[in-house]
Formats: sequence, C-alpha cells, structure tokens
Amino acid sequence: MALLLKEEHASETEDFESTAKIVKFVVVKKREEEHAQPAELTSFEEVMLPHLDAAHNLARWLLRNEQDAQDVVQEAYLRAFKSFSGFHGSNGRAWLLTIVRNTSYTLLKKNRAVDLTTTFDEEIHAPGYESVSPATILEHSEDAELIREAMDELPAEFREILTLRHQEGLSYKEIADIAQIPPGTVMSRLARARAKLKEYLAARIGKEK
Amino acid sequence: MNCEEATKLMDGYLDGELDPLSNQKIEQHLQDCPECDRAYEAHRALIHTIGSATPYYKAPVELRERIQSSLREEIAERPLRNVARAARSLILRGPQTVPSGIPWNWLALAAAIIFAAIITLNLVPRLQRPGNDQFLATQLIASHVRSLMANHLTDVASSDQHTVKPWLDAKLDFAPAVADLSSEGFPLIGGRLDYLNNRTVAALVYQRRKHFINLFVWPAAPDATGTPKTITRQGYQLLHWTDSDFNYWAVSDVNDKDLQAFKQLFEERIARH
Repeated sequence: MALLLKEEHASETEDFESTAKIVKFVVVKKREEEHAQPAELTSFEEVMLPHLDAAHNLARWLLRNEQDAQDVVQEAYLRAFKSFSGFHGSNGRAWLLTIVRNTSYTLLKKNRAVDLTTTFDEEIHAPGYESVSPATILEHSEDAELIREAMDELPAEFREILTLRHQEGLSYKEIADIAQIPPGTVMSRLARARAKLKEYLAARIGKEK
Repeated sequence: MNCEEATKLMDGYLDGELDPLSNQKIEQHLQDCPECDRAYEAHRALIHTIGSATPYYKAPVELRERIQSSLREEIAERPLRNVARAARSLILRGPQTVPSGIPWNWLALAAAIIFAAIITLNLVPRLQRPGNDQFLATQLIASHVRSLMANHLTDVASSDQHTVKPWLDAKLDFAPAVADLSSEGFPLIGGRLDYLNNRTVAALVYQRRKHFINLFVWPAAPDATGTPKTITRQGYQLLHWTDSDFNYWAVSDVNDKDLQAFKQLFEERIARH
C-alpha cells in the first residue's frame, strides 16, 4: 500500500498521467474505508439481509399498511443487530421473523388495539354465501385481489399463520417458535384460519353474483 | 380412525406434518371413505390455489438502503456511547475514591465477603448439582412430549439404521451409534435433530408396543461419571447413562423395567459393532 501511495505522489509531477492516477487513488481510499466496516456488521448483513423480503411480507400482512410495514422492518433489523451476538442458531429467517412479528404486534397494540380483537363482519354473515359451492370458490381462488381482501379481513393471528405456512413454507415447529404458541396448537389454528378464509371468500363471491 | 378424527388431522396431513403412525391411519381412512377423500381433495386443491395466488409483498429497494444506512449509523454511534458510559461511571465512582478513613467501611467489606463466601459454599453446590439434572429432565420431557404432538416425531423416518445414521452424521458434529432393535421388541422408527442443554443433539426414536422412546444422544464431557441414573417425573421415566463417547438420555412412558431392558439391549448391540 505504501508503495502505491508513493507512486501516486510521484505521478503528480508527471502531467500527462496525473488525472488517471488521482482517480485510482480515490478508488483505493474508498475500498479501504469499506474494509474498516466491523466484521460484526458484515456477518449480520450476510445472514439477515437475504430474509428482507420475508420480513417485509410478514409485516405488510400483519399491519396492512406499507409505511408501517417498512418502519417496523427497519426497527426489527436494528433490534436484531443489537442482539445479534446472542444468536447462535442456524435458522436466521425464523429468528428474524420472530423479531419482526413481535415488533409488529407492539405497533398494533399501541396504535390500533381494536385490530387484535377478532371482529366479525356482519355483512359477511349475510345470507347467500352458504349457496356458494367449493367448486365456485376454487374458480375464483386465483383472483389475487379477492384473496387479498379476504385475507385482510381475518384477525392478525390468522393472517400471520397463513403467511408463515403458505408463503414462507415454514414447518409447524418453526411456526410455533415464531408465533410463540405450543406446537400442538399450530395445526388447529391453521385449520381454523383456512376455514375462515374459505368462508370469507365464499361471502365475497356470493356478494358479487 | 373415524371421519371426525380424520377431519381433525386433515390439515396436518395436507402439510405433511403428521407422525408416521397418524399418517398411515389417515391414508387408510381416505382409501376406505370416499366422502372424506372427496373433502380432502377439494380442501387440498383450494388451499394449494389460495397459497400460490396470495400476493407476496417484496421489500422495495429503498427499504434495503434505509436499513443498511441505519445499521451504519448505529455502529458509528457506538464509540460515542461507550465514551459517555465511561465518563458517567467515572463521575459516579468519584466520591467513593475519596479516602474516608472510617474503619467500619473495611469491616463491612470483610463481613460482606465472608457472608458471600458462606452463601456460595453452602448454597451453590446444593442448587447446582441436582438443579442441573432437574432442569435437564424438564427439557427432556418437554422435547419428548413435543415430539409426540402429532407433528414432529422424526425428521428421517426409517427402521433401517443404515439410513438413519448417515442422515444424522451429516447434520451433526458427532456420529452417534444407531441400532435397530426390532427383533428384541424395540423397533427403530427414525431419527430427529433436537436442541437440548444448549446444543444440537440426536434423538433416536424407538417404539415399544404402543409407546415411543426418545433416546437423546450427545457427546459426553471428558470427566463424565458413569453411574446410570433414573428419574421419574410426571409419569415419564428418564434413564441416563454414559459410555466413553456419549451421554444417553432415554425418555418414555414405558415402565422402568422396559426402559432398563432397552438400555441393556442398546448397549449390547452397539458394543458388538
């Protein structure tokens, strides 16, 4: 490195090459700064940034609002970084998602206490949806907008478990760890969430007709 | 299995999260009961479509940048905060360093040290020795019970020790002995990874009639004692022994005699290998 700098100094007296050398000098300097970044941050980013989409998706479904989701994910990453020295596991995604989930619930509880209580929409139970057959639901179930609306109507604990299972493909054990429920509860909660989603879809299809 | 039970387990079956036994039972039921089979097929198709049609919200590029810069800010602020902390502790410690000249200060200090020593000598061994075992026993029973909750008995389901062993070896930093004891009435069901005592351990799953035995294995500390130990808790039997390489903990709801027999057979078998 010392040799390189020396050369560059020398080159400043040589008019025709100086510009190029100065540019090179800047590049070398910058790379040096990057290397100065603590190893802890480098390894944190290597382990955790690949799960950014998963983190954002979970927060977005839980909060149903893009701005809140981004704030929560940023906050969660900062929290994760501060306690990263305590992370020795191999499942970075589950660990990060647990933090995202907890941060999301803190915000939900603070801002919109009403969101956490299971609310039943009277309209949904309006007559008509019983007549919708499973085949009709299946026909409409590729309609992303319809599914999004129906999902958003579910209580947070159902949105969470459906996202973790259907979109992240996590095992029951991982879901139990993230949602902080006994492993034996995962199957029954998932079954209830799916049944409720089916019901809400049927209600929407019934209304459209 | 009747229709009600099958309906209850349907989601677990769909997700491939049932233990081998329940899996087999529900498959049998779906073959025998066209109504449940139709319901299952409809459920499966719908869940599959819904799963793939649900919008996935990818993170926008700005968010990644925001996070990266906030992490760098956090790092940059750290030295400042450390300096502040050091300064604060200096100020706080300040008055104490002024020589007070009062002898009872030293007496109090000496008394505190003696008191602490008495507590440490008397209490800590009493708390630690059985406490460690009790805490481990709680963890072992919890793992055992969890593994039976119809979702996660085995990671690798096979009665063939030559399938289970390489699978475990590849996932662990040690190579536990695996023996199938079918001919002695303890068939091997499979293997699983578990987390106990602050480390990843191997769990070998055996069956005794209708009961399951989880055998947890991890490397023994060099100074481990060899005396086998039995603990009975909440209706579960725990049997602990060590050999030159490994710690063994067998957990089950079978009776103590069966568990002792299991230990003996297992030890004989691996000694032969």
